[in-house]
Amino acid sequence: MRHIISMLIENESGALSRVSGLFSARGYNIHALTVAPTDDGSISRLTLVTSGNEQQVEQIVKHLNRLIDVIKVVDITEGDHIERELMMVKLRATGAMREEIKRLSDIFRGTIVDVTQQVYTVQLAGESQKLDAFIEAVDKGQIIEIVRSGAVGLMRGEKSLHL
Amino acid sequence: MELTGAQILVHFLEDEGVELVWGYPGGAALPIYDALDTDAKKLKHTLVRHEQAAVHAADGYARATGRPGVSMVTSGPGATNTVTGIATAYMDSIPLVVITGQVASNMIGLDAFQEIDTVGITRPIVKHNFLVKDVKDLTMTLKKAFYIATTGRPGPVVVDIPKDIQNAKADYQYPESVSLRSYEPITKGHTGQIKKAIDMMVSAKRPIIYTGGGVVLGGASEALTELARLLGYPVTNTLMGLGGYPAEDKQFVGMLGMHGTYEANLSMHNSDLIIAIGARFDDRVTGNLEKFCPDAQVVHVDIDPASISKNVVVDIPIVGPVKQVLEKMLSLLKKHKMTPDADALADWWKQIEDWRSTNCLRYEQIGHKIKPQTAMEAVWRITEGDAYVTSDVGQHQMFAAQYYKFNKPRRWINSGGLGTMGFGLPAAMGVQAAFPDATVVCVTGEGSIQMNIQELSTCLQYGLPIKVLCLNNGFLGMVRQWQEFFYDRRYSMSYMDSLPDFTKLVEAYGHVGIRIDDPETMQAQLEEAFSDKYKDRFVFIDVITDQQENVYPMIPAGAGMDEMILV
Ligand SMILES: Cc1ncc(C[n+]2csc(CCOP(=O)(O)OP(=O)(O)O)c2C)c(N)n1
Ligand SMILES: [Mg+2]
Repeated sequence: MRHIISMLIENESGALSRVSGLFSARGYNIHALTVAPTDDGSISRLTLVTSGNEQQVEQIVKHLNRLIDVIKVVDITEGDHIERELMMVKLRATGAMREEIKRLSDIFRGTIVDVTQQVYTVQLAGESQKLDAFIEAVDKGQIIEIVRSGAVGLMRGEKSLHL
Repeated sequence: MELTGAQILVHFLEDEGVELVWGYPGGAALPIYDALDTDAKKLKHTLVRHEQAAVHAADGYARATGRPGVSMVTSGPGATNTVTGIATAYMDSIPLVVITGQVASNMIGLDAFQEIDTVGITRPIVKHNFLVKDVKDLTMTLKKAFYIATTGRPGPVVVDIPKDIQNAKADYQYPESVSLRSYEPITKGHTGQIKKAIDMMVSAKRPIIYTGGGVVLGGASEALTELARLLGYPVTNTLMGLGGYPAEDKQFVGMLGMHGTYEANLSMHNSDLIIAIGARFDDRVTGNLEKFCPDAQVVHVDIDPASISKNVVVDIPIVGPVKQVLEKMLSLLKKHKMTPDADALADWWKQIEDWRSTNCLRYEQIGHKIKPQTAMEAVWRITEGDAYVTSDVGQHQMFAAQYYKFNKPRRWINSGGLGTMGFGLPAAMGVQAAFPDATVVCVTGEGSIQMNIQELSTCLQYGLPIKVLCLNNGFLGMVRQWQEFFYDRRYSMSYMDSLPDFTKLVEAYGHVGIRIDDPETMQAQLEEAFSDKYKDRFVFIDVITDQQENVYPMIPAGAGMDEMILV
């Protein structure tokens, strides 16, 4: 099962490698990882996407909690949550393809954020699955480059991850 | 008061109550060593002969005293030499603070002379580590290091201090307290869970109490003993847990696991309730997990939530300090006058006594080869079971665990988790330094002792009257045993050729060497070694033992706990 684990960590140089090191040392998967500062400059929020059965994910969360630089951890996929990922796709766009890409981008509520004579860059945000679906839908030959941010997310409603 | 970073370190250690430190100087630690010379008042530094030994010595000290062990080394090779020591402490949850010198901040990242990424190298084997970037942070970093090392599940902490920080000045005041927003060790077990656990405990028909190093580290031996006696249940200890419950007590069924007793392993296997306390269901204990204790429910008390349901799924987890939880169990049992099922317990004990009657640790001393077990038992008697015993790794370690009956915690000091050959002698140095008048025995093999033999010199310099018991079988015996059982007796690289004459070797180092190769004279020679004659001397007792002897009983790899090889 896919899980999104979100955590607050000390904004210190070693903190990220402690988290990623834990995953490699204990043989857990990281499908995606993203980290950025929060409104509190001393804290970063790190989100990672992993997979495993219930017992494995429970262990992952326990081990993350053990790290001194990790302040709070939550598996947001445990309950209702909202997740978003950002993707930019550079597509070869000439002739009839220009219209075709535009149409597809609209269907997926994407935006064309950069245009040259040969190339469109489409920006898409949404659940990771939706981004996968867009990639499925475009002609593979047209894709020049893809960059994805990795998922971020939060719990719905009153629940929140804070100090 | 304004001090240099190096002085701050020395003052801090003294204010923190540290009395002994083991280390080795070098370029990036020179300011620290200078401050030791100029500023240290009570702090005593022992100069080891290899940094690995500095960490093992601090580790031995910590295991024997319960206080954090401290060592200090230089950057680069000094730091890398500590790695095995740190990993050893990490695997057994031993509180250590290891101070490493580092090249100056402006040289970091430039492949400077003796620069190594100490924080990176040690990250997976520490509870936490720090690189100090500003001398103003040094005092608080040290305070945090000791706090983290000694609280919760203890462990080693590394503090890497660049040379410019050692020289820079800052105000120093000893901080009385520290708190970390990201680290709050648990101080109490959940009362609801504890209640559920004792309900399950008193209604069990075939219960067993299985305890590990956590009971020793957590100072819970007394509470455990009281609880076990109140319930009347059998108790087994892991290799790390020996001494947590008095070995000579009739409720003690011995060590469990790969080389545990028949009665301990069968009691586990056939139990309907395992009460696991400060133990972690290590693979050397459980054998094949698929065959592990098919009928048992599990209550698990541990300070570390990550140890719970890691290998074996637990019915009642209790996260908390073992001592507090056991005391709470006791008070609830007494308050509610809860008692176990006496009839079921009587039947259970009948069964256990039956297993016990196989006398699985029996051996025969015949002919002219000394059985290692006899030497071990003799030393146990001669020292009246009251010595501190450190050990290396191999057959001799198992013989020590099986034949030296530990009635008190913190007396048995060995590398259980990492299994580090070379641990025994330096660990004994740490113990002897903490308890100068105590009898400290290092049980070793001719293989292991050579992994830190340079420390013979340290032992002379500091007058440490350690007694080394070398069970010399001329083989990497534990390797030879596995090759005999599982590799068709192809003894690949397990014969210890070209051994030195250990008695001459230790004499060259200024110590006493005694060679014992005759079963007839063994007792008298051992008595002499431990007599007042050598009270103040380091004695190396080289016992030439039966080369073919194996450690029994044994659970072979992949087997269940009920599938033991007896002899
Ligand atoms: C540093 C290290 N290297 C290798 C091993 C693997 N090993 C485990 S026991 C053993 C043999 C130890 O020989 P010795 O010290 O003579 O003890 P004996 O088994 O003969 O009693 C070896 C090589 C280890 N545990 N530690
Ligand atoms: Mg040997």
